[in-house]
Amino acid sequence: MKRMNEHEHHEHPGHEHAEQPHEVTRPEGVLDLADVRAKLQSKTGKQYWRSLEELAEDPRFEELLHNEFPRQAPSEWDEGVDRRDFLRLMAASLAFAGLSGCGRTPEQTIIPYVKQPDGMVLGKPQFYATVMPFGADAIGLLVESHEGRPTKIEGNPEHPSSLGATNAFAQASVLNLYDPDRAQTVTNYGEIRTWAQFLDAAQAIAAETNATNGVGFRILTGTITSPTLAAQIQSILTRYPKAQWHQWEPAVGDGPREGAKLAFGSYLNTVYRVEKADVILSLDSDFLGSGPGHIHYAREFSRRRKLPNLPKPNPLADQVFPEIKMNRLYVVEPTPSVTGATADHRLPLRASEVELFARALAARVTDVTVRPDSAAEHVAPPAGSEKWLDALAKDLLQNQGKCLVVAGEQQPASLHALVHEINATLGNVGTTLYYTQSVEAHPVNHLESLRDLCADIDAGKVDTLLMLGVNPVYTAPHDFDFATKIKYDPVTKQKKVKNTIHLSPHFDETSELCDWHVAESHYLETWGDARAFDGTLSVIQPLIAPLYRTHSARELLAAFTDKPGISDYDVLRDGLKAAYPSADFEKFWRKTLNDGLVAGSAFAPVSAALKFTPASLPAPKPASADELEFIFRPDPCVYDGRFANNGWLQELPKPVTKLTWDNAALISPKTAVKLELADEVGARGGEHGKIFTNVIDISLSNSKVTAAAWRLPGQADGVIVLPLGYGRKKAGYTGTNKGFNAYVVRTSNALWTVPAPATVIKKTGDDYPLACTQYHFNMEGRQILATGTLEEFKKNPDFAHDGEKDRDKTKQELSLYKEFSYPGYAWGMAIDLNSCNGCNACVVACQSENNIPVVGKDQVMRGREMHWIRIDRYYEKVENATHDASSYDPSLANPPTFFQPVPCQQCENAPCEQVCPVGATVHSAEGLNDMVYNRCVGTRYCSNNCPYKVRRFNFLRFQDWETPQLKLLRNPEVTVRSRGVMEKCTYCVQRINSGRIEAEKQNRPIRDGEIVTACEAACPTQAIVFGNANDPSSRVAQLKAQQRNYTLLGELNARPRTTYLAAVRNPNSELEKA
Amino acid sequence: MSAGQPPLDSPEIRRLSPVIGPGYTYGSVTEKISSIVLTRPTSLGWFIGFAIAFSFMGLMTIAIGWLIIKGVGIWGINIPIGWGFAIVNFVWWIGIGHAGTLISAILFLLNQKWRTSINRFAEAMTLFAVACAGIFPLIHTGRPWMAFYMMPYPSTMGLWPQFRSPLIWDVFAVSTYGTVSLLFWFVGLIPDLATLRDRSIQKPAKIIYGMLALGWRGSARHWHRYQSAYLLLAGLATPLVLSVHTVVSFDFAIAIVPGWHTTIFPPYFVAGAIYSGFAMVLTIAIPLRKAYGLEDFITMRHLDNMAKVMLATGLIVAYGYFFEFFMSLYSGNKFDVFLVQQRLHGPYAPYYYALILCNILTPQLLWSYKLRHNVAVLFLMSIVVNIGMWLERFVIVVISLTRDFVPSAWGRYSPTFWDWATFLGTMGMFVTLLFLFVRVLPAISIAEMRELVAETTEEKQ
Repeated sequence: MKRMNEHEHHEHPGHEHAEQPHEVTRPEGVLDLADVRAKLQSKTGKQYWRSLEELAEDPRFEELLHNEFPRQAPSEWDEGVDRRDFLRLMAASLAFAGLSGCGRTPEQTIIPYVKQPDGMVLGKPQFYATVMPFGADAIGLLVESHEGRPTKIEGNPEHPSSLGATNAFAQASVLNLYDPDRAQTVTNYGEIRTWAQFLDAAQAIAAETNATNGVGFRILTGTITSPTLAAQIQSILTRYPKAQWHQWEPAVGDGPREGAKLAFGSYLNTVYRVEKADVILSLDSDFLGSGPGHIHYAREFSRRRKLPNLPKPNPLADQVFPEIKMNRLYVVEPTPSVTGATADHRLPLRASEVELFARALAARVTDVTVRPDSAAEHVAPPAGSEKWLDALAKDLLQNQGKCLVVAGEQQPASLHALVHEINATLGNVGTTLYYTQSVEAHPVNHLESLRDLCADIDAGKVDTLLMLGVNPVYTAPHDFDFATKIKYDPVTKQKKVKNTIHLSPHFDETSELCDWHVAESHYLETWGDARAFDGTLSVIQPLIAPLYRTHSARELLAAFTDKPGISDYDVLRDGLKAAYPSADFEKFWRKTLNDGLVAGSAFAPVSAALKFTPASLPAPKPASADELEFIFRPDPCVYDGRFANNGWLQELPKPVTKLTWDNAALISPKTAVKLELADEVGARGGEHGKIFTNVIDISLSNSKVTAAAWRLPGQADGVIVLPLGYGRKKAGYTGTNKGFNAYVVRTSNALWTVPAPATVIKKTGDDYPLACTQYHFNMEGRQILATGTLEEFKKNPDFAHDGEKDRDKTKQELSLYKEFSYPGYAWGMAIDLNSCNGCNACVVACQSENNIPVVGKDQVMRGREMHWIRIDRYYEKVENATHDASSYDPSLANPPTFFQPVPCQQCENAPCEQVCPVGATVHSAEGLNDMVYNRCVGTRYCSNNCPYKVRRFNFLRFQDWETPQLKLLRNPEVTVRSRGVMEKCTYCVQRINSGRIEAEKQNRPIRDGEIVTACEAACPTQAIVFGNANDPSSRVAQLKAQQRNYTLLGELNARPRTTYLAAVRNPNSELEKA
Repeated sequence: MSAGQPPLDSPEIRRLSPVIGPGYTYGSVTEKISSIVLTRPTSLGWFIGFAIAFSFMGLMTIAIGWLIIKGVGIWGINIPIGWGFAIVNFVWWIGIGHAGTLISAILFLLNQKWRTSINRFAEAMTLFAVACAGIFPLIHTGRPWMAFYMMPYPSTMGLWPQFRSPLIWDVFAVSTYGTVSLLFWFVGLIPDLATLRDRSIQKPAKIIYGMLALGWRGSARHWHRYQSAYLLLAGLATPLVLSVHTVVSFDFAIAIVPGWHTTIFPPYFVAGAIYSGFAMVLTIAIPLRKAYGLEDFITMRHLDNMAKVMLATGLIVAYGYFFEFFMSLYSGNKFDVFLVQQRLHGPYAPYYYALILCNILTPQLLWSYKLRHNVAVLFLMSIVVNIGMWLERFVIVVISLTRDFVPSAWGRYSPTFWDWATFLGTMGMFVTLLFLFVRVLPAISIAEMRELVAETTEEKQ
């Protein structure tokens, strides 16, 4: 992250204005309309206008007018305004309007370019710290800004939930800011209204509400970790004592919350110290790929997977293997996740069997340790898992205090309670995990909260409903039928809820049924705060003034209070001032903004006494093997649907399935054979694009959905995953009508798991084309991805080079052309396959950094997606290479899964360069394989001759040149390519060059780590390392010197600068034998 | 060979199938050939045929126009299959363009008299095929308006083409071949143009043919210079016949793609080119002699000889296939071995089997004397070989690209409407040009036929 440090973190220029003396020494007397009127009363003609000018210069007046809702104005209007007064006020407003720009300009963000802000050099990007609130987490970010336009998201190295890395959502969130389909203004029944009109309406509602003490006033939000927002809601609840606050987060279960309550009697938050754990068991938890803190956990996990060089074993001496502290991960899960793919041992179980498994584990773990009384409770584990369980239990018991059990977000409370118990029994509490108070400002059972709200609406108890940043019409369980709760009934000619106000970034399914819709500001446009997974208080700092007439949740809530004009900025400052009183608040404030977080604000561990025994759980319901089990999971790309209109995420191949633009009902290969489901490779695009798959009707819970079926190796038999977040009806141009809507068959009594007989699935007889970027998962015996076990590695540290004949000979003498020497820098990259978990952050980071276009489903199906870095997913030990769906291949039941990021390999002896007829791809003196877009005529010969197929061609004009918003998004340092030219990974040459300029200015060589490629910066596991391979002390040179380092398709003698470090798994020897 | 059939090269056979029908004099030869152009009324069939061909050519124009508006994305190509129909068709057309020069130049040098009656239209066919071929490399680029970058010209930036790339060699090879073929054809036409000038009645025809005849008067000096020039050009064109397809094969052989990277490609491509070229000559000659009653000039002897050349080159091609397989398996290179498996069992296996059927198995029928002398069979056979040779290029270009080194990048290819439109369009253009050719120029060399008459009468005497 040196690159950012170079520029230092800046606070947003906007707040500097706020620090002007007149702000600090604000005059005591506050101007109101009466004063203005008095001032203007006697003046006519020139004098009148002069007074206006004086007024305009008066900061008090400025404040009065800026405050779009002037103090006492309502009372003014109440008293009746005479025409003359009104016109004078109008004149004053107009006069001031000319001075201040337009009415929506927030007072904090005016940057006068005539006075160049401190540290800002035009053409040089600046980085500001902020956070992206996401569920019960906030991801710390440094956002790159070019002349006031945020263009690229980077992780904040000082923030615990980022540690410098990001995830795909955070990377793609900048596209949400510039989404041309965003709602842009306030609307009332679809008609455009001004914010002032909304404020009037809100104040009217507030007045009514005030009169009734808040009866019937309800607020519905998602999970909120922001202390100031929560305080604001609390103050409303205090003001209107009978008002209520409901919460609904569709993609996160109540299990973690209720499990903690079950185990400890209160809502506690669990924080893991993954790095300290030698053995980790994940029970259906994707803690490396999603959920609060996953970036942090992935980083800590990968630290324990980095391997040193080993001495060559001496066959004559006794084998003394060096001690390598590599952790071991067991995963029990119904459907393959990023975490499952990284696991050393993975056991596919039905979601409902996971709890059974945990009970059996609890019994095994406890009966030999602290509580002999529990020895009696022998719980039979799910069939076939006994051996696995025994080995696991033994391993956990051998590592007491150094192991960790993690439960999944979608699992029920009972499993979470069991896991708390198991962790306590194994002595892990305080070592590999700790408990803190809840990160959520107001933890409640979301399902019950929403149920209460729906019941109250039906009972006619709700008059006003504020929905902040949620889309319940789309996400609520279908038995709640939320749409009828809020919509106008043409038969009865009335609505159940009198006032419905919706705040959301898009005019979505909920918005169209509400009275008022307020366009929500993006987090890059607002001030705010949020807590990270460990409680760290983080500050949301805006990077840009709102692009449209959008407003934040804080502003909307304020409209219903007696301080309707209060700014987010003031709320935040006041909140921080109150929470962290210090003598020099200004210094604290600046430091907080600079860091993006309040230093040392992470929650302290709390000690929690376990009030739970597994015996207290009701008898488990045995899952019937004949029945299918439908489970709901958030989609890895569009999450709960909130990213549906984000083209980058839609086109991002999902980590395991490699599907884009659609979700599909995921079915295990065996079950697919049973259900006679098949797929077929399309003729155009084929394995690298278009797969036709059977369409099925799923009738569940009195509802029906039609979905494309997708066979997924490694999925538990009988389990069918219905990914949430697709099938949006009103998401915008990109996201509407993509995939199927799994919410349609999701009911409140079966939010996550629905057992059903196989007859609920009916083949419709249709086929549906899915855009899958990698259908072929077999390495065909080629050494594409070198893998081994820790034991193999110890015995043969050079295992990655087995099968390489004459390794030293495949060098210079085999090339026709003369050798080049690279005396200066020799840029290179090393990718540690042992660390990569396929999370996709690098793919989106690359897309964002390098202005890579989105091509759409049709073009992906033709095999023309443009990602410069792709993540290949391979299954090992797969016997049957074919995809013949009619016969079941047992090796697909649970194949070991590996990921391999493939950017341009930057070959020294590049096959592409030799065949280009015009010299459009040439070698730089530092070994980069450069693309000269101007020179390229587009013969595509280079791509044909590229053995790695990393080149991407602009078959059509893929780039959007018209949409003005997207112009703001682009990185000005990277050429926007037109049609007909080839493009590919450049090792972020623009970053290399800016690093070089910086170094040359200081007359020194470029330091290691000073230049960070976009993929490397985003990587949560630090799997990608870039640097100068000529410098033996550089990280990349040291990695390349490792025994595990190998070259992809080394036998071709292309001599790539990108090399890979073989993946090493650490299996339990007991299970290996079995 | 069945019993009772005379030995292949026996005098009986020569007698049975002469290179020119009996009873022709200088005058009748001239009359018969020039009448097609000058006096015979244009038949309705010509107009219908021309209209069909021209409408296909129009389709090509539309397809290319749309291509320039939208980009090569309208075709079925993708990553990993960067080259599709365009390159397949290019290689196919270039291959077809081999027969003409081979017949006129090499057979001329080898003193094969039977070439005389077919060389003119074979050369024309060569030119038209090269024209069709030349369209593809230009339009298949992403930015055809920048294709001049491939030409060596002194640019102000000091940039030259990248001479290590076989595509640049292609530019030179194809353009040289096109130029020399055109010159050779035109030089051969000069005496005939003079004949047409002299025999035409209409004034404009007289002027145009007169200008094209370059003042030919038929003097001994003219004939002397003409024959030296023709001989020299034949000598110049001969190596080109071999070099063009060798260089075209380098496009593939130089690349590292399994299925392309093969040293056997140059001879195998040249043989394949001659194979398809002779097939195309037959495809054109058979309807031509029928339509204009030229059975006496293009005799069974010609057809028989061309069938033999086809058989011979077909066997060379079969040898190439065999050794391509053998070398792949013998090398032990896993990618090459995999390629062989893919050709036999992969998703495109039917194309490979169709190719074997068309190019190797079916032409074995030509061993039979009877079938060689059956015009209908020969015509069908020539079509089959043309299809087979097109499939060969499809198998080499496309199928090799579908599954190369990294399995994650494997894909498939299927042509779009625009691929077909462009391909059929170039066929339309080819046929259009042929129709125009037979209408305005003598399809058979009058001068050489007269020579032949002289020689055959001498023989008789």
